Amino acid sequence: MIYKETGQYKSSYKSDHAIFPLLQDKIAFSTLMFIAFLIIPFVINSYWEKAILVPFLIFSLAAIGLNILTGYCGQVSLGTGGFMAVGAFSTYKIMTYFPDMNIMIIILISGLITAAVGIIFGLPSLRIKGFYLAVATLASQFFLVWLFNKVPWFYNYSDTGQITVSERTMFGVPVTGAEAPSYATYLFCLVLVVVLSFAAKNLIRSKMGRSWMAIRDMDIAAEIIGVPPLKTKLSAFAISSFYIGVAGALYFAVFLGAIEVTESFDIMTISFPVLFMIIIGGLGSMLGSFLGAAFVVTLPIGLKFLMVDMVGLSAVTAKHFEITIWGLLMIVFLIVEPHGLARLWSIAKEKLRRWPFPY
Amino acid sequence: MRIKQLLIGMTASVIAVSSYVEMAIADLKFPMLVYRTGAYAPNGIPNADGFVDYYKMINARDGGIGGEKILHPECETGYKTQVGVECYEKNKKDAMVFQPMSTGITYQLIPKATADGVTIYSTGYGRTSAANGKVFKWVFNAPVTYWDGASIAVRHILKQNFGNIKGKKIALVYHNSAYGKEPIRTLETLSKKHGFKLMLLPVDHPGQEQKATWLKIRKARPDNVLMWGWGVMNQVAIKSAASIKFPMDKFIGIWWSGSENDVLPAGQGAHGYKSLTFNAPGTNYQVHADIKKFVHDKGEASGDGSHFGTVLYNRGLFQAMVQVEAATVAQKIHGTSKITPAMYRDGFENINLSAKRLEELGFKDFAPPFKITCENHGGSGLAAVQQWDAKAKKWNMITEYMYGDSSVVQKLIAEDSSKYAAEQKIAERCG
Repeated sequence: MIYKETGQYKSSYKSDHAIFPLLQDKIAFSTLMFIAFLIIPFVINSYWEKAILVPFLIFSLAAIGLNILTGYCGQVSLGTGGFMAVGAFSTYKIMTYFPDMNIMIIILISGLITAAVGIIFGLPSLRIKGFYLAVATLASQFFLVWLFNKVPWFYNYSDTGQITVSERTMFGVPVTGAEAPSYATYLFCLVLVVVLSFAAKNLIRSKMGRSWMAIRDMDIAAEIIGVPPLKTKLSAFAISSFYIGVAGALYFAVFLGAIEVTESFDIMTISFPVLFMIIIGGLGSMLGSFLGAAFVVTLPIGLKFLMVDMVGLSAVTAKHFEITIWGLLMIVFLIVEPHGLARLWSIAKEKLRRWPFPY
Repeated sequence: MRIKQLLIGMTASVIAVSSYVEMAIADLKFPMLVYRTGAYAPNGIPNADGFVDYYKMINARDGGIGGEKILHPECETGYKTQVGVECYEKNKKDAMVFQPMSTGITYQLIPKATADGVTIYSTGYGRTSAANGKVFKWVFNAPVTYWDGASIAVRHILKQNFGNIKGKKIALVYHNSAYGKEPIRTLETLSKKHGFKLMLLPVDHPGQEQKATWLKIRKARPDNVLMWGWGVMNQVAIKSAASIKFPMDKFIGIWWSGSENDVLPAGQGAHGYKSLTFNAPGTNYQVHADIKKFVHDKGEASGDGSHFGTVLYNRGLFQAMVQVEAATVAQKIHGTSKITPAMYRDGFENINLSAKRLEELGFKDFAPPFKITCENHGGSGLAAVQQWDAKAKKWNMITEYMYGDSSVVQKLIAEDSSKYAAEQKIAERCG
C-alpha cells in the first residue's frame, strides 16, 4: 500500500510524461535531492568526499555514459578507460592553454572533444557487432592510453608523464587542487551529475533514445522501419563518450588532481569496473547506473571497514577476502539477478504496492 | 524483525567506529600504505615486514618513542593510486608521516599532504626534485634520489671503462610510469656530457611482457643495461637477460631492482647481476639482534618472518628508523613527548644521522650517515653497488658508497622544483 497508485490521476499530457509520475517517487526524489544539496555539504568531511561521494558521483556519470551505449543502444564497449583519459587530457591541455577559462566550461569542452573521439572509434560499429565490436573498442582503450603515454605534447613534456591539475575556482571557491574544500568538490560534481542525468533521462525518452533502443533490440528491423543505423549508432557513441569524457575530466581535475595515464586509466581500474557497474546496476536503466556505481565504489571500502576495523583482520587478509567475495558476488549476481540491482528495486516496488496484502 | 536487527547492527557499528577513532588519538600514529597483494607484492611484503618489525621492536624495547607507543595501522593499496588516496584520507588525522612506497601515490599525495600539513617521506623514490626543501616543505626523500642513482650508475660504468665511455651504448629498461621515467632526463644530460648513446626501452605495467624489449637488446647489443623496475618486472627482466646471455655484470638495477626476490627466480643465470643500494643486506647488526629478541622470539614477527635480513626488509628497517628518529628529534626540539604532525615535520628537518648516532640506534655501518636541513631534503646522495652471488645466494657490496654527479643533478633539481613552485605558486623558504 506504500506504492498506492489509485487515486493518482493523470489529467494532462504533462503529468503523463513526468519523469516521476507517482507522488511517492516525487517525495522520495525531492527528499534525496534535499539531503544531497542541503545536508551533505554541511556534514561532509574529506574522507567521505575523497573515498566515497566524489568517486561515486564520477563513476555514476561514467556508468550513465556506458549505459547509453551498451544498455540502451546495445553496442558493447570496453574503451571506457581510454575515453575517460581523453576527457582528462583535454581538460589538462585546455587548462594550460587557457589559464583564465572557467573550469565548468573546460570540463564541458573536454566532454565534447571526447564525443568527437568517440564518433571516430564508433565508426567500426557500423560494420561489426557484439564481441567483435567489444574487441574493436578494446583496441581504442589500448591505443588511447598508449598515445597519451607516448606523445609528450599531451603531458606538456613533463619528465614523468604525470599531469597535475592547477587550482581553479567557481564563485571564488577552489574546486580543483589540494586546497579545494570538500563541500566544493562534492557540490561541483553533484551539480554536473544531476543536470547531466536529467539530460540523459530525457534524451532516452526522446526520439533519439527510442531509436537507440530499436537498434539495440533488432537492428535490421529498426532499419526497415526507418531508423538510420549510421546516425543512431554514432549519436549513441557521441553522447556516451561525452558523459564518459566529463567523468574523466572530473576524475582527473576534481578527484585525483594528479594522474598517470597508464595507471589511472588502465583497463582493470576503469573499463571493467564501469562495465561491472552497469551489469550489476542494470543494463538500460538510469537508476541502475547509480546503484551499480554505488555498489562498486562502496563494496571494497565497506568490506574493508567490516573486516579490518570491526573484526580486526589484518589488512592483507581482508584484501584477499575482498577479492574472493568480489568475484563470488559477480557470479551470484549474474545467476540470481541478471537484470541487476535496478530490477531488484522494481521487484521491491511491486511488493510494496501490494503490501501488506500479498496475493 | 530483520530490519530491526539490521538497524541495531548498524548503530552498533557506528558506535564501534567512533570509539575506534577516539582510541587512535593518544599515541604516535605512523600509518602504513602497504601492498601485500598484486603484481608488486613480492617487493611490497618484505619491505612492510621490516617496517612493522621495527615499530614493534621499539614499542617492546623502549616502550615507544619517548614513552609514546607507536601505532602503525596498515592499509592495503595494491599499488593502486585511487586506493592509496582512500587510505590516506582514512588515516591522515593526527598522522605523523606517510610512506607511500609508490611513486604514483607519492605524486598524488604531495599537494594533498602539503595542504593538510602531513609529512611525506619517500625514501629514495617519488619526486626527485622534492629534495629541494625550499619548495617542498612537507616532503622528504633522503638519503638519495633517482637522479643521484642514475649518475652513480653511470659513474660506476665510467670507472669500469677507465673513465671513457664515449660512443658506448647504454640501455635503460624502465617501468613505463612516472617511476621509471624519473632517470631519463638525467641520463640524457649525462649522455651528452660523457658522449654515450642512450637507448630507452619502456616496459608496461605490470611488466611480465618483455620479449620485445630483450629482443631489441639482443639486436642492438648495448654495452650496459640499466634498469628501473619494480615487482614482477624485475624477475622477468633478470630472467630474460640471463636467457639471452647478456653479461650480468654489465646489468645494473636501481635500488628497487636489487632484492633477493628479483634474482632468485633466475637461478644461476643471475650470477653477477648488480644493483645500487643505500643500505647493507644481512643480519649482523645490533638492530637485528634486538628485533630477534623482542619481536621474533616472542612469535610476533610480521608476516611469516621469512624475510628477516633481506635487502628490502632491511630497507624497511632503515626507513622506519628514520621516521622514528624524526619523532625523537621533534620531541627533543619541542620538549614534549606528545608531538603534533607539525612538530614532527620540524623533527624531520633536523635529523642528523651521524655515524655515532647510527651506532647508538643499532645501525652501525648499515647505511652511510646523512643529515637533513631546511634546504636539503634529499640527504647525502650516497649509494653503493652490490652484486649478486648466485652460488652463495647473497648480495655482496663491491664498491664504497659514492656520490652522484652533483653538478648535473643539482641543476636539474633546481630547474624542476622551481617549475613546480611557479605552477603551484609556492614561495621559497629557508631565508
